[in-house]
Amino acid sequence: MIRFETVSKDFPDGTRAVDELTFEAATGQITVLVGPSGCGKTTSLRMINRMIQPTGGRIWIDDQDTAQLDEAQLRRGIGYVIQHAGLFPHRTVVANIATVPMLLGWNKRRAEARALELLERVGLPTSFAKRYPAQLSGGQQQRVGVARALAADPPVMLMDEPFSAVDPVVREQLQDEFLRLQDDLGKTIVFVTHDIDEAIKLGDRVAVLRAGGKLAQLADPAYLLAHPVDDFVADFVGRDRGYRALGFQASPQFLLMQEQTVPLGATPAQAADGARDGWILVVDANRRPLGWIEPDRITTPIEPEMLQRGGTVATAGGPLRNVLDAALSSPSRRGVIVDDQGALLGTIRAHKVLAEIEERARPELQDDEAPR
Amino acid sequence: MINRILTWLADGAHWHGDDGILRRVVEHLEYSLTALLIASLIAIPLGLYIGHTGRGRFLVVNAVGAARAIPSLGLLFLAVLWLGPKLSGDIAFLAPTGLVLVVLAIPSILSGAYAGVEGVDPAARDAAIGMGMRGTEVLRHVEFPCALPLILSGIRSAMLQIIATATIAAVVSLGGLGRFLIDGLAVRDTPQTASGAVLVAVLALIVDLVLALIQRLVVSPGLTGRYGKVSLMDAETEATSPAPALQHSV
Amino acid sequence: MIWLRGHLGDVLGLTVQHIYLAGVPLLLGLLIALPFGWLARRYRGLYPLLIIGTGLLYTIPSLALFIMLPLLLGTKILDPNNVVIAMTIYTVALLVRTVADGLGSVPDEVNQAATAMGYRRVRRFMSVELPLAVPVISAGLRVAAVSNVSIVSVAALIGVPQLGSLFTDGFNRAFLDPIVVGVTACVLLALLFDMTILGATHLVTPWQRAGKASV
Repeated sequence: MIRFETVSKDFPDGTRAVDELTFEAATGQITVLVGPSGCGKTTSLRMINRMIQPTGGRIWIDDQDTAQLDEAQLRRGIGYVIQHAGLFPHRTVVANIATVPMLLGWNKRRAEARALELLERVGLPTSFAKRYPAQLSGGQQQRVGVARALAADPPVMLMDEPFSAVDPVVREQLQDEFLRLQDDLGKTIVFVTHDIDEAIKLGDRVAVLRAGGKLAQLADPAYLLAHPVDDFVADFVGRDRGYRALGFQASPQFLLMQEQTVPLGATPAQAADGARDGWILVVDANRRPLGWIEPDRITTPIEPEMLQRGGTVATAGGPLRNVLDAALSSPSRRGVIVDDQGALLGTIRAHKVLAEIEERARPELQDDEAPR
Repeated sequence: MINRILTWLADGAHWHGDDGILRRVVEHLEYSLTALLIASLIAIPLGLYIGHTGRGRFLVVNAVGAARAIPSLGLLFLAVLWLGPKLSGDIAFLAPTGLVLVVLAIPSILSGAYAGVEGVDPAARDAAIGMGMRGTEVLRHVEFPCALPLILSGIRSAMLQIIATATIAAVVSLGGLGRFLIDGLAVRDTPQTASGAVLVAVLALIVDLVLALIQRLVVSPGLTGRYGKVSLMDAETEATSPAPALQHSV
Repeated sequence: MIWLRGHLGDVLGLTVQHIYLAGVPLLLGLLIALPFGWLARRYRGLYPLLIIGTGLLYTIPSLALFIMLPLLLGTKILDPNNVVIAMTIYTVALLVRTVADGLGSVPDEVNQAATAMGYRRVRRFMSVELPLAVPVISAGLRVAAVSNVSIVSVAALIGVPQLGSLFTDGFNRAFLDPIVVGVTACVLLALLFDMTILGATHLVTPWQRAGKASV
């Protein structure tokens, strides 16, 4: 557990980057520091491992005052991941990952074995072991950076915008895998980002900081979306809050409508036979949905180019947001729901989903919700 | 002319003895390597320090330019005329010459060491400190290895400068291959002069080649880019992770 | 400095000689290096070859080159043109890489925009690439200029008159004054060359000056 106790940072030119920050990052959870530029989030992060020295207050890691510990020793027990990975270009991937264990005095073989293990853990092939950072893409370098931070199995990890320097597709992959990794490892993580969506996606708790280094609100993501404490937080969290909040709610077992389906190659007559409201769903041999078709508009047997693919598909039991989107985006206005293997279960209309949403209670406003 | 050079070189008598080619080559290398060593011992730590701390930067930036502008021949003569009378025996010309060789070599190496440390990726340095390396460890494990290419570049430049100046230094009584050039010019023995010139050129080329080889061996492939054929597709392929969540369109 | 006052005419004469021997190779060297540097960029395979080739030339110690050239060319050793040719070789050796790197420093987008607007290759080279490469080339030229002034003095050992002659003269008579004057003159000359090139570069690159003013 990491505790900030009225921590402040004043720079020599007079700016106050962090202003009496007090909060707790719970053990085994991801606490995200998010805010606009100049809000002191990176400065706060770097005060935890004393890359920057606080000018006021104290930081505790599990009841140890970090100011009392030797800097290098402190840092060897904390995983540190930064934006551009900062891999050592002159060392191989394996040597990079094994850095902290070697610093701690592990024997070389043990350190390398551990490095290879972590390489696989972060999803890279072991053939990358002897490669050099210059041979890796940005996303791959970031993975190595994470592996390097995990090498000595530190209980605490600090991450400073680790996924910001890669393109959005890679970023999403990295985020998903990071969450899976955390599921396995349960580290205490403090994560800095400027992207509120990333904060909401990754954080167990999110701390929104405002310019000048003050804490605006600390809450779990669903609560933050539902009850922003003031205009600044509301603005920062952004629009579509209601819709995004649905991402946190799992859908119940909806009563789904049964769908008649036809395979590819079916004739217009066959399609028309099972169509409802002018639309019918086309599936493959494993009952996986391929697309919708209007039998009235075709004259020859169904081919893939004729299918309408506008609608998204939601997995049963997944977030409510996906179910609603399936219904809204479907050409036939019937949202397609599938099981874990992707096979069709049934369809649902938007009003049914909305009815369910309206039944649900919003997260309760907590009386003790204080910004500090 | 080529014939006369070859004849001169083919003459066995020219190779052996106190004035022989072999002896002179050894002398030349001795002077050069000693000067290089001393210059490196001074310039590398100094350059690393200036690069690491950022203090004294103006020294580095101007040193190389100044050294380039000062004519080595003039400096040699000045040093020998000024220091020579104060010393006795061989030292009278060896010391001033050695001093000049070292002084002219320092700027290249200094600049290389400084630029090398300066050029280290700031993210790598930040990561190193964040992982718990102390100052000297950062220097040893990260900054120095990454600075090595530029340090070695500086050393190569310096060595060329030293060999060239040592050649000229024959005019102030230094031994080495320069003797053939200077003595040959004095007695108008053109084959000797020409042969000496060829020998010096060849020596310089060989030494540079050796240093280049050392550079190739010592510098990490991660820095030079010599890591053999990696297919472009390899580097582009993202990790073999499970497919993203079912979000296909229908 | 009594000696200087007494020999001012001589010193000035030697300085003029020195300017000729160091300066002409600069111009010649630049003119020769430009096409080679351009070739090195255009045909990527040539780049390492040219670098190694010019590197080899630069490795040859100056005195050795001053002696070998007349023999290869069939001229007299004392002929100052040997020095000019030798210095031109050194200048080319230094500048080919600089020109290649200078042309390489021109952003690709600029080249492509120029081509898209209808510039043909030669015109594009003269009007777009070369001007933009000037800062890098100029830096290399300054290095070459200062080196040249220094190296030319070595030619005193083969008897070619220039400022270096003051060194040999002083040494032979165990007299420090001429040497001091000579060294000072060389350094000042190097400075003069350096500033002239810097000034010329400023004139030729108005966009660099404008950048600062607009902030």
